[in-house]
Amino acid sequence: MNAQDLQDEVQVVTTGCFGFCEKGPIVKVIPDNTFYVSVEPGDAGEIIAEHAIKGRRVDRLLYVDPTNKQQIADSRGMGFYKKQIRIALRNCGLIDPENIDEYLAADGYEAMGRVFAEMSPEEAIQEMIDSGLRGRGGGGFPAGIKWQIASKVEADQKYVVCNADEGDPGAFMDRSILEGDPHSVLEAMVINGYCIGATKGLIYIRAEYPLAINRLKIAIGQARDYGLLGKDILGSGFDFDVEIRYGAGAFVCGEETALIHSMEGERGEPTFKPPFPAQSGYLGKPTNVNNVETFANVPVIFNKGAKWFAGIGTEKSKGTKVFALAGKINNVGLIEVPMGITLREVIFEIGGGIKDGKKFKAVQTGGPSGGCLTEKHLDTPIDFDNLLSAGSMMGSGGMIVMDEDDCMVAVAKFYLDFTVEESCGKCSPCRIGNKRLYELLDNITKGQADKEDLENMRNLCGVIRDSSLCGLGQTSPNPVLSTMDNFMDEYIAHVEEDRCPSGVCKDLIRYEIIPENCVGCTACARNCPVNCIAGERKQLHVIDQSLCIKCNACFEKCKFNAVAII
Amino acid sequence: MTSIKLKLKESEVQQLKEVARSFDNKPGELINVLHKAQEIFGYLPAEVQEVVASELNVSVAKVYGVVTFYSFFTMLPRGRYPISICTGTACYVRGAEKVLDEFKRLLKVPVGETTADGKFSITCLRCVGACGLAPVVMVGDKTYGRVTTDGVKGILKEYEDEV
Repeated sequence: MNAQDLQDEVQVVTTGCFGFCEKGPIVKVIPDNTFYVSVEPGDAGEIIAEHAIKGRRVDRLLYVDPTNKQQIADSRGMGFYKKQIRIALRNCGLIDPENIDEYLAADGYEAMGRVFAEMSPEEAIQEMIDSGLRGRGGGGFPAGIKWQIASKVEADQKYVVCNADEGDPGAFMDRSILEGDPHSVLEAMVINGYCIGATKGLIYIRAEYPLAINRLKIAIGQARDYGLLGKDILGSGFDFDVEIRYGAGAFVCGEETALIHSMEGERGEPTFKPPFPAQSGYLGKPTNVNNVETFANVPVIFNKGAKWFAGIGTEKSKGTKVFALAGKINNVGLIEVPMGITLREVIFEIGGGIKDGKKFKAVQTGGPSGGCLTEKHLDTPIDFDNLLSAGSMMGSGGMIVMDEDDCMVAVAKFYLDFTVEESCGKCSPCRIGNKRLYELLDNITKGQADKEDLENMRNLCGVIRDSSLCGLGQTSPNPVLSTMDNFMDEYIAHVEEDRCPSGVCKDLIRYEIIPENCVGCTACARNCPVNCIAGERKQLHVIDQSLCIKCNACFEKCKFNAVAII
Repeated sequence: MTSIKLKLKESEVQQLKEVARSFDNKPGELINVLHKAQEIFGYLPAEVQEVVASELNVSVAKVYGVVTFYSFFTMLPRGRYPISICTGTACYVRGAEKVLDEFKRLLKVPVGETTADGKFSITCLRCVGACGLAPVVMVGDKTYGRVTTDGVKGILKEYEDEV
């Protein structure tokens, strides 16, 4: 740009995530909204020379619609974006998150100014209640009611806490918001503080997110310089400042009481509620905890009105939800859709269907606390309550798509492995019960279980769910129960026939060479790490089953479909 | 725990004490102090925990309790090139386990341990939030996306010539 002397004409902006991870790196040119995908460093020159100078699009970098092979230049025309409504992600991919002026230009801190000038705390809380916004961290508790409870408790000091401890594997919306639009969270925290009478805000963030931490620090510094944080904000007489606290890698710290203990320098173990944090939270003071995505919605609610917000979504779940779409899907990425959209629209229209033309098997929502939904749930409108009644949950919004090659018993075992590791150990049903549950699943994947074990597993699930203190234990059996409900045939195949129908569980499969297909190319033998494949060139090869470690290398290397998993 | 005491560098101990002071030696800042301590020493052996305990005026048992609770803290030294394999769900369904097995096979160490020459260590981590690049492997601060079992050798090779 500088070499072409264009620095005054064209501005290059480092922005937050566009969400379309599958096609990254992405370069977007505005005002014509041209969306270049899979851009490489060498392409920059051409984009400048062609697009910036001559006004011609660089066609070879445009997105190609996989269904009709048409090039699409404007992102708004893409299947991935068409059905999205971006509220929490409104500024991600649009503004420079390290420049407060860009946030201000995008109506930033306007909601805060409006609340200070036009609303009493009670009125602002009422607006939040009217919007119907429910907590986006997983629980789905109405945010306005939470604020109201905290506002009514008398105390000399109260706290606002932003939960940015995104521990749910496969969910990355909070990271994206903090990296792409940190000021929206700060603005919402100030409004929250004004409403409940808190002058201190704390952001509890994972140490694993260094870029988000860095951008938050920059944002806090800039907001202080502009007088949008600190003493007497905008001459309102209201003081509020924000500090950052670091997590240290504990999933259970997403639970609010555990999070508060962690901020106090303790082990992050949950405690019994009541007292709720709104009554006695951080350092024993009333504390309101909301998740990053919940906060990111708040400024928009005040800018556009509760009525507008409540007009989006379903009867009991208002607004939008950000989902992290991942797994065996064509368009991996971060999407924001109105509540009430169906799984089919998300997976097949926005997500572009299953990778490599395979068959859809299940979608896991809600992370380790959620469950697997199947074909029969595809047309269910997604909202908090529907997901719960389908045996899963909203959770923080991870959506992992699985295809015919995934073994559901192994998937359940994967989640239990996570829970066992992350259980804080306080309650025996969770600490010991999940361990036993994991062992039972492990036995099934090894062909060492019988039908009675399935029954025991179900009972154990009930005990863990009913007798654990916090959400982690109460929901940890969900992946097991939902896979048992929806894929009992796979469990039966494992226990009764010692067979893994998807060919995943190593102890139940063996690799064999199909004589008709083998041409003797030696590719399998050369790549076998344990040299257990014998055979001369152009002769049939044979696998020595006693030595095979089932590493799958021969299967991947064979170009003639001559290696079969049996 | 071994009975032989580790001799900590005096300059690093001083550095740690200054960190504790910068947090006003408050017990509530334990996690923040441990984060800094791990930056200074690379890991948190018992001897470091003892210093932290005495600086913040809490029991060593409490420090140990916190260190062992959080997965970010480690009591074992990491390799010069710490390898972290993401085993979050998105990476798992896209084959992270096979990639992990390949690292274990080539380096001949289990998860959580360091090679005899101190060069590589293997750990698993839960989701770095780069699910679009699944499966993801990190070596130090460098991120490798869409890693295949075939690609593992190539990654290790990048660090072969370095001393």
